[in-house]
Parts: sequence; structure tokens; C-alpha cells
Amino acid sequence: MHPTTPAAADTASQQPSSSGSGSSAASHAAAPTSASGNGMQPPITATAATAAPVVAVPPSGQNDSTTAPATAKGMSSSSPLTAAAAAAAAAATSNAAAAAPSTAASLAPSSSSTEAASYEETHVHAVYESIAPHFSATRYKPWPVIADFLTSLAPGSIGFDVGCGNGKYLGVNPGVHMLGSDRSASLVRFARDHGGVERSQDVAVADGLSLPFPEGRADFAICVAVIHHMSTRERRREAVRALLDCVRKPPDGQSGGGEILVYVWALEQSGSRRGWDEGTEQDLLVPWVMKQKKEKKEKKTKTKAKAAAADQEGKDAAGIAEEGKESAPGPAVAPSEITYQRYYHLFRKGELEEDVEAVGGKVVRNGYDKDNWWVVASRCS
Amino acid sequence: MKVLSLNFLTCAVKACKSTSNSYPLHPKDAELVEDDLELNSELLLNIMPRIDWPALSTTATELGFPSLPAQPPTKEELEADAKMLQDLHHLLMETQMMEGKLVCGNCGHEYAVREGIANFLLPAHLV
Repeated sequence: MHPTTPAAADTASQQPSSSGSGSSAASHAAAPTSASGNGMQPPITATAATAAPVVAVPPSGQNDSTTAPATAKGMSSSSPLTAAAAAAAAAATSNAAAAAPSTAASLAPSSSSTEAASYEETHVHAVYESIAPHFSATRYKPWPVIADFLTSLAPGSIGFDVGCGNGKYLGVNPGVHMLGSDRSASLVRFARDHGGVERSQDVAVADGLSLPFPEGRADFAICVAVIHHMSTRERRREAVRALLDCVRKPPDGQSGGGEILVYVWALEQSGSRRGWDEGTEQDLLVPWVMKQKKEKKEKKTKTKAKAAAADQEGKDAAGIAEEGKESAPGPAVAPSEITYQRYYHLFRKGELEEDVEAVGGKVVRNGYDKDNWWVVASRCS
Repeated sequence: MKVLSLNFLTCAVKACKSTSNSYPLHPKDAELVEDDLELNSELLLNIMPRIDWPALSTTATELGFPSLPAQPPTKEELEADAKMLQDLHHLLMETQMMEGKLVCGNCGHEYAVREGIANFLLPAHLV
């Protein structure tokens, strides 16, 4: 938990959190394979357009046997099932027992980039489309290291926020111009309106590996909590390269030039309640648990939402996200929970710097900040 | 999306990025809105050196604005010319493209702009 996170937002920590580090990692290994095995790979353009698909319906037969069919049934009526939502459903289960992080090593793609891309479609992109409203509602406080980076930029600087999420960094420094991009169309809409309708932000939907930014023009680019969602090292390095390509080269033989700031989740976070350390598997599926709530007004309260079956009409049910929090195991399954599994690669110490240098970047400074590794880097001249 | 941002966007197709035809993207069927924003002279003066002026001229013309001068105004010229500063403020900061398409001059791909948000996700065959 980051110190700047208000206590009220325990369900809303800025990085996923889990108390389930000691629980069975193998308890839910079947979902991802069943997803890919069924060819749940929506075309890249078929992002969910619905802004608030709180409910994603696991299509029958797409889930592993732990899914409680009764749970899914009650929630199916009101939400149009887009292709992306369907993929998210494949990555989701409604069984509380699925809330512990599980090892993704055997599930993550190893070879072809097409496989990696479709894996991420299911276990990253589609999930964010489905959880976007909750995700956005839980992220509003800029992290100090990032805010400091942005406020120290020269006036008039132009830069990008790649993977801007709900846009919480876009307005941090009004003396610079930022263009945000994110793979999730739903999150991008939140980002546009982050500063209010009167101060709409410039945002675009884009993939971090196919950015629409011209080479070498920007003064800076930030990329926060994004690259750890890339499922192969090659793709993670390509993502860093894409960031470096955006920013200005330093003048020949000199320092200076544009800088990128990258934040990724650390493997070493024994101080967190997740308790992960050097011995933990680096590739994980980390659950995002959404609970259905009756009244939206309560969404900032830390409530153990035992939503009644009546809430499952889906008509106005606002979910409560409990990131990575292990739900009550055993027979007392809360009927209205949906657990989405997001893929993460946890970076070990030094790995991010290796990736930066492998693609021709130069580490300017780096550090560890509350369960994350970060690096500021520039291009070599 | 402000015209300023259009100056920092190009085609997302890798093969296009190295070609000069891909930049700037060409607005098509553009619907513009004009915001009413207070002029921030300092910000504008600081942004100006970062603008690709020929690309901005192209974009301005394609959006129906009067032709820009062939050369970008210097800082001194702008500081002495309140009207030019205001005009640039209007073009770069106050004018937003809300609907339409952005077209790559190299591959011809059209990126949709809806509610001010451009979508640069590529179909599989262009990735």
C-alpha cells in the first residue's frame, strides 16, 4: 500500500494487493488455458464500447469447473456482451476461491508474439475494459516520484503518458502539454474527463507497441504500471524501445535530450501484505475481485459486500473492487463476486535497467518506491 | 483533441513511421469545436519551438484556417504581435477536432476520431 493512498481507499490501492500469498497458487490454473483453448481472441479493434460493463458474463462452457453457474446466470440480462467483455469473462470467474494470485508461468506464452498478444488481450486488455469504472474510481492520487518528475519539466515541454489509465497524471503540471494514450478505450474516456468537462485532456486509444507518436519529438514520456503487463521479455523491451523512440535524442556527445520515466511492479515486496520476495514466481495472474453493490453512494466505503441475489439484476449495480484480496474460501461463496485475472510480470532488482540498456537506453536515475522499481532513462546520442 | 496534439501524432504502422508521407496525419470529415480558453502566453511561447511548423501549416490549411506564414514567428515577433499570439492560441489550444478521421498519407489507413478521442488500434494485418 502506498503511503499516499487514503485509508478509505483500501479497496483501491494503487497497485493490486493481495493477502493471499500463502494460499494455493494452483487452485485456479485452469481458467487461462480454457480461455485460449477456446479461441477467445477478439479482433484488436473490438474493444468494449460500453462504459460500465460491471458484469461480464462467462459464456457457458468457457469456464473451468470451479465457476458457479448460478452466479453468472443472474447477471446476464442487461449487459450487452462485447467481444472484449467476452474475453474478460474468459479471464474471470465468479468463484471466490479464485481470488488468490496464481502462477502464470506455465500459462504465459513463450514463443510467438501472436500468442503473447492474444494472451494479453484476454488477461490484460479485456480485463481493464471490464473493470474500468472501478479501476478509475480507485486511482486518483499521483505518486510523488512521478509528480516530481512532471513538475520539474521545463515549461512548455511536450510529452506522452503511455498507458495513462484514468489520466491522473495528465493535469499534474499545467505548464506542459501531455497527450495520454491507453489500450483501454473505456479508461481513455475517463482520462479525457479527468480534470472535468471544462478541462478535457487530450487522449487517444493506442497500443504501447504500436504508438502513433512521431520519432524523437517529445521532451518526455511516462509509462506507469504498464510494461509489467507484457507477457514476454521481448515485448517488454520493445515497449521500452517504443518509449525511447518518442523522445528527443541528446545533442551529439552531450547529455540532455528527452527522458522517459517507467514504473513497474517489483518482485521484491516482502514489506507489503502480499509478501512476495525474491523466491516468488515472476509471472503471475493477480486477481481483481469485483463485488456487486446495491448503492453507488457506498462505493468509497470499505465494505464487505455481501450483495444479495437481488443485486444481480445488473440494472444499477455498482461493483466494489477488491484488488487481489482473498475472499472467504470454502462453501460460503459470496454469490455476487467476479474475479478477473490480470497477468503481471514482477520485475526483479536490476531487470528494468537491463531492459532499458538492451534497447539502447541510458539509465539517468532509478529507484525503488513502495513495491515498484522505477527508472528515468534517456536515449544514447 | 487539440490541434496542438495533432502536431505530435503520426501513423501507428511501423513501416509508415520512417516515411515522410505519414506525417502529419490528414484530417478528414473533421468536426471542430472551439473552446474559450484564457491565453497563456508563457506556455505558448515555450511550446512554439517544439512545433513542427510545416506540419502545422498543412493541418491548419486542411482544417480550413487561413494560411500560416512560411516561417514560424520568432519569440520576439510573437511577443510584439498580440494578434498573432492570439491566433496561434486559438489554432493550437482552443480548436479541437471532435469527430472525423485522421488519414495516413502513406498507407491510407483512416483512424477514427470520436468524441475527441482518436483510436489508433490497428487491425491485425497492419500490426
